[in-house]
Amino acid sequence: MVTPDNLFQGFAERVRDYRPVALATIVAGDREVGRKLLVDRTGLVGGTIEEPRLISAVLERTRRLLSEGSSESFEVEGVRVFVEVHLPAPRVVIVGAVHIAATLAGLARELGFRVVVSDARDRFATPERFPEVDELILGWPNEVLPRLELDEFSYVVVITHDAKLDNPALVAALGSEAPYVGALGSSRTHARRIEALRESGVSQADIDRIHAPIGLDIGARTPAEIALATMAEIVAVKNAVREGAA
Amino acid sequence: MNDILPTLEHWRAAGEKIALATVVRTVGSSPRGIGAKMAVTASEKMVGSVSGGCVEGAVSEEALEVLWTGRPKLLTFGVDDAEAWAVGLSCGGTIEVFVEPLDW
Repeated sequence: MVTPDNLFQGFAERVRDYRPVALATIVAGDREVGRKLLVDRTGLVGGTIEEPRLISAVLERTRRLLSEGSSESFEVEGVRVFVEVHLPAPRVVIVGAVHIAATLAGLARELGFRVVVSDARDRFATPERFPEVDELILGWPNEVLPRLELDEFSYVVVITHDAKLDNPALVAALGSEAPYVGALGSSRTHARRIEALRESGVSQADIDRIHAPIGLDIGARTPAEIALATMAEIVAVKNAVREGAA
Repeated sequence: MNDILPTLEHWRAAGEKIALATVVRTVGSSPRGIGAKMAVTASEKMVGSVSGGCVEGAVSEEALEVLWTGRPKLLTFGVDDAEAWAVGLSCGGTIEVFVEPLDW
């Protein structure tokens, strides 16, 4: 339980750790002005509001706003309340520190995503090649991806060009909450990949979640065009324009 | 929030008394959305922005008073508001800013 004097700290910690959080504050009214409730996905974390009816009314509204992801001012039980909802910035997780990954990383950053690049091959995953990503991780996808705790704010792009790396990355990503899993490769490569994934015990429903060939169909040829098509597809999924697999 | 957090933590470590101002409602056009923040210390340091420059001066004065009294306060700035004109609200629209002492 967060004690009354560190509610804001609890809020700041969750913001910093990329966890969804809401802070409700009574901003006007005849009582309890300045008092707060801190709410995260697990429920009420702590609070300084004292009146039980006010607590339950504010809590109910705050939980709803947290799940919708929007901040709002409203009146309840004769007081004005402001609920500030903070959702983590979405992140693109790029498995495969290949040539196209650099363009993709730059575009993703420009669009407001955090960027993680990972590869098991140390000659690929170098800070010189990826100077501006938030995280550059050297390691095998089956170890790296579970450590990243892929959540509903994670968009996974698998582009190593090597089935030994692509397939374990896909298995890990498909077993997570990530709303987008895309894989680079021709339809022949993808057909072979599906066979391998089935043998690893991946369900048909999960296989159908893979966006392949990756990206919106804009006739992409160059690495920059492929990066653009991929990010366009990710933004469309994020904004719920298109749902399900490609 | 993310833009001012490192500074807030730095101030907190230095033992500064901090007032936090947050945009809690906007009507019409406003340069910064709800949740935009600025913070002011008792030693008159400032970080962040609630309006892109229109009302920061007035907010920082109110923030010092909030630190003095310890009582949070809801401020309203709008184009029809004589006080807002006085501080030069060129942005249009109305914003409400909640100012509170930051106890953490």
